[in-house]
Amino acid sequence: MSSTTDSSVVLEKPAEDKPSEDVVLRLEDLVVEFPAGAGQIVHAVSGINLEVRRGETLGLVGESGCGKSTTGRAIMQLPKPTSGSVHFDGRDLASLSSEEVRKLRPKLQMIFQDPISSLNPRRRIPDIVGDPLVVWGRGAEKAKVVPEVLRAVGLDPEQVADRRPHQFSGGQCQRVSIARALVLEPEVLICDEPVSALDVSVQAQILNLLEDMKARYGLTLVFIAHDLGVVRNISDRVAVMYLGRICELGPTEALFDAPVHPYTRLLVSSIPSMEGAQRGEVGTGEMPSPVSPPSGCRFRTRCPLATDRCASEVPEMREVAPGRFTACHHPILDTPVEAPLPAAVAGDHSTNGTAPAPADS
Amino acid sequence: MRPTTPQAEKAPTTAAPGRHARREGFEDGALLTVEDVHVRFHTRNGVVHAVEGVSLELSEGEVLAVVGESGSGKTVFTRRVMGLIAGSRDTEVSGTVTFDGITLSELDAKGLSKVWGKEIALVLQDPMTSLNPVKRIGAQITETLILHQKLSKQDANARAIELLRSVGLSEPERRVRQYPHELSGGMRQRVTIAIALSCSPRLLLADEPTTALDVTVQAQILDLLGDLQSRLGMAMLLVTHDLRVVRSRSDRIAVMYAGRIVETAPTKDLFDSPRMPYTEALMNAVPPITGPNHVRLAVIPGRPPDLLAPPKGCRFSPRCPYAQDRCLTEEPPLRDAADLPDGSAVEHSYRCWYPVGTPENAEARRVNVERGETAAGTPVTGEMVPA
Amino acid sequence: MPDSPKTTTTTSLEKAAVTDRDAIDSEITSADLDLVEPITGATATEPAKARRSRTPFGWYLAWFWIAAIVISAIFAPLLPLWDPAVPDYNNVFGGITPQHWLGGDTLGRDNLSRIIYGARASLLVGLCAVLLGAIVGGILGMVAGYFRGRTERVLALITDVVLAFPGLVLIIAIVAILGASLTNLIVGLAILSVPTFIRLSRATTLVVTQREFVQAARAYGCRPMRIILREIAPNVVMPVAAYGFIMVGVFIVVEGSLSFLGLGIPPPTPSWGGMIAGGRTQLIEYPHISLIPAAVMFLTVLSINYVGERSRKLFEVRESNL
Repeated sequence: MSSTTDSSVVLEKPAEDKPSEDVVLRLEDLVVEFPAGAGQIVHAVSGINLEVRRGETLGLVGESGCGKSTTGRAIMQLPKPTSGSVHFDGRDLASLSSEEVRKLRPKLQMIFQDPISSLNPRRRIPDIVGDPLVVWGRGAEKAKVVPEVLRAVGLDPEQVADRRPHQFSGGQCQRVSIARALVLEPEVLICDEPVSALDVSVQAQILNLLEDMKARYGLTLVFIAHDLGVVRNISDRVAVMYLGRICELGPTEALFDAPVHPYTRLLVSSIPSMEGAQRGEVGTGEMPSPVSPPSGCRFRTRCPLATDRCASEVPEMREVAPGRFTACHHPILDTPVEAPLPAAVAGDHSTNGTAPAPADS
Repeated sequence: MRPTTPQAEKAPTTAAPGRHARREGFEDGALLTVEDVHVRFHTRNGVVHAVEGVSLELSEGEVLAVVGESGSGKTVFTRRVMGLIAGSRDTEVSGTVTFDGITLSELDAKGLSKVWGKEIALVLQDPMTSLNPVKRIGAQITETLILHQKLSKQDANARAIELLRSVGLSEPERRVRQYPHELSGGMRQRVTIAIALSCSPRLLLADEPTTALDVTVQAQILDLLGDLQSRLGMAMLLVTHDLRVVRSRSDRIAVMYAGRIVETAPTKDLFDSPRMPYTEALMNAVPPITGPNHVRLAVIPGRPPDLLAPPKGCRFSPRCPYAQDRCLTEEPPLRDAADLPDGSAVEHSYRCWYPVGTPENAEARRVNVERGETAAGTPVTGEMVPA
Repeated sequence: MPDSPKTTTTTSLEKAAVTDRDAIDSEITSADLDLVEPITGATATEPAKARRSRTPFGWYLAWFWIAAIVISAIFAPLLPLWDPAVPDYNNVFGGITPQHWLGGDTLGRDNLSRIIYGARASLLVGLCAVLLGAIVGGILGMVAGYFRGRTERVLALITDVVLAFPGLVLIIAIVAILGASLTNLIVGLAILSVPTFIRLSRATTLVVTQREFVQAARAYGCRPMRIILREIAPNVVMPVAAYGFIMVGVFIVVEGSLSFLGLGIPPPTPSWGGMIAGGRTQLIEYPHISLIPAAVMFLTVLSINYVGERSRKLFEVRESNL
């Protein structure tokens, strides 16, 4: 996949050879809602359809409050989603009893954002890493498996033997978390913001480690993060979430180079780049509250292309180019991020450059 | 404004074009001068050398970014500059902080309060903690106006609404009657910026102003800060951990590592030709947003140093791919890049014996690759640092 | 800072900034120093507190007193003491003599011996009631905090009812129905302490359950009981124990008050409260009969409170560094 960003060849067909078409995880109409007190409901996730193929890394990006972490936890059934189904290895987790779900858990593991809080401060590292084995009645293998996994994640088993989590730095704690998740040799690893609490210099170590572990253990990764640069580097395909819905799904490079959904475009152009200035114009406003999301398309309150139709009709997910899906009535086709939006489409809603734009609630 | 010397009078007018040729105005042209600041904490486990001999200067209208990871001492340094850390039985401070001829480091709390909020303003990382949760937005802005500018209540109110509008808040008339929790994170940060600007400060200290915000909002706030800074001619000290956010928004960058400034240069120069291996490694560690994905990221091995027992010699030597024996024993001073064969004339200094981009560096790298590890024993592979 | 050239200015600043210091220091600890901790496990604690916490003399004194009381209570039968229940008619209202170091009471029984045997009763009541209350309350609190939902609501209701019930009335009711005995007193006091332990344990559990290691344990298939015992309990034990220590002191005083009212341990078993009550009629003529056990109880409770409060603080500091 070469990415010489030529504006004429924007929607090139991605070479879909690496990940097989074997779907390991399928979300159907996933809905997660929480009570927010005073009779209100937080619509954290509102109807997500997503397929994760065996052996791929699917990135799930969006700003805080978009429901990406909730989606990750709903896959793990922690807690069970409000409605919809999560098919894992052909079985719908949402319809199984909690004991049946528990039996499938070793194949579906998760690592969390806060490396320090992920580890019980009162237990020693080998006990933490070996605990999943004990839970599954394989305590006898602890002495053999734990040092192996610790070595795989780049920790010296001798050195960590007697230590507790607070004696380690954030990066090392995240290595321990990864080791604990891998000890049961799962098929799918859900990574919920695994590097956002770490320093840049340590971030790269963990990202490389995840890539290595993916290859070594043949994992399928669902990588949840808000840092687009990180997601871009590690993912084969990316799903962009906004306010509880997926607005765009596609192969990583194509999606980042020529986003189809106006929100993806805003997101991508907001990344501060190492090479120089922003890649495109800066948007306005902030994400509305998930307690009372806008009607129709949820991005319409901030969208430069919004029309009346966007307020009345929820856009369906559709394929706009091979492998590229978007839920938008006015997808931006044939316009790379760096180029201005075509005036004809943008209409009179376009934002005015550098002047401080009104932040709307 | 109160220019103290003829040079100082000259400085603001030439701020924009003459930013990089400021050498001659070192003492007099600088708005904020920080000289040889040390902060040490005495703890049960020993002495934490949080900040070690940091010197900086900031001219009128200039944006200086201080970049560093956790443990670099940037937070302690900023708090020392702000006067929030003072010497005590277990905190040892030395060095001077001078703002416009006033030695801040010698002022007591009363003296500081006259400068703070009026001439120097502050924007912190978490707007929720810097705003009072039980007071209306309007009251929080008018408070400083009435205190420092002796405005009447009505005038202060009108000015508050005007300020909120200038930071891009919609419906400012309604916002002044709201409480902080009714606003989103980005809007709250706009309010703290409005409060910071209420008395037209000459220096704005922004400590990780966008770290708590989302990407799309982050860009808005940074643009707002940049816009206000150039419109009001403020100087700004922007403290952050993210090199990327300061790329297009600062005139000069100072990189901190283990309590020291390890490199300082005009922004463009720093990005074009970093001299300090740490700066170079930091740039390479950030995942690129263009080009192919699944790129093997350049890794900085190890972790930030323990400030209780910092490494001897160069503080970065245990993690540096170029480290030689000299780096382990002798700490490099801040050296001027103008002395290098390919160095430009701009003010660029670094703390390294084998600066990046020199033949010495290439040789050090060759030696390390050949023996497979650095002088500090860190393994080196051929492809570790992209050229 | 002896070598700092600006000693005078820094001291004036120090005074000015002293109010802000604690907050700032702790912020720095978490923001900047956390990741530079050495692998030895030494935590770069807040410097101000670290210096202040040089162990004071009172700490040793308090421990010495507690140890003396506990050890003599345990080994009372082995000590060369008078029988606490046998009256010595030569010692009625007796003063301090070489035979009776602390004199005798209204019946001529040896005061020292009765104080030491009384310590057995007082400590037994305090410790057992707290232990019982802490175990029952701690487990119920963890269950409520972990499972939430209906379990939590039911337990909250019970807690509120017990807390609203006047404690003294409950004890009187128990004594009236079941009779005055050591066991009944312990059970009654334990019941009174359970709600507070439920609340404390539930609150701690709520915080701990939010932490990601509990989520991780659920994710790798831990059953709830194992999570509560292996992941949550070790983190709940410390705050509950620290509070329990202070409760021991409270219950010693409560036992004293109840015995004073005649609701406590029935005579002739010696208890501190009973001894104070026994001497109250002769308070003017022979004050030592009441005052000596009162002083012993006072010093014991003071020591326990001091040690408890201080270990709670030390524990909190350590906890905040985790």
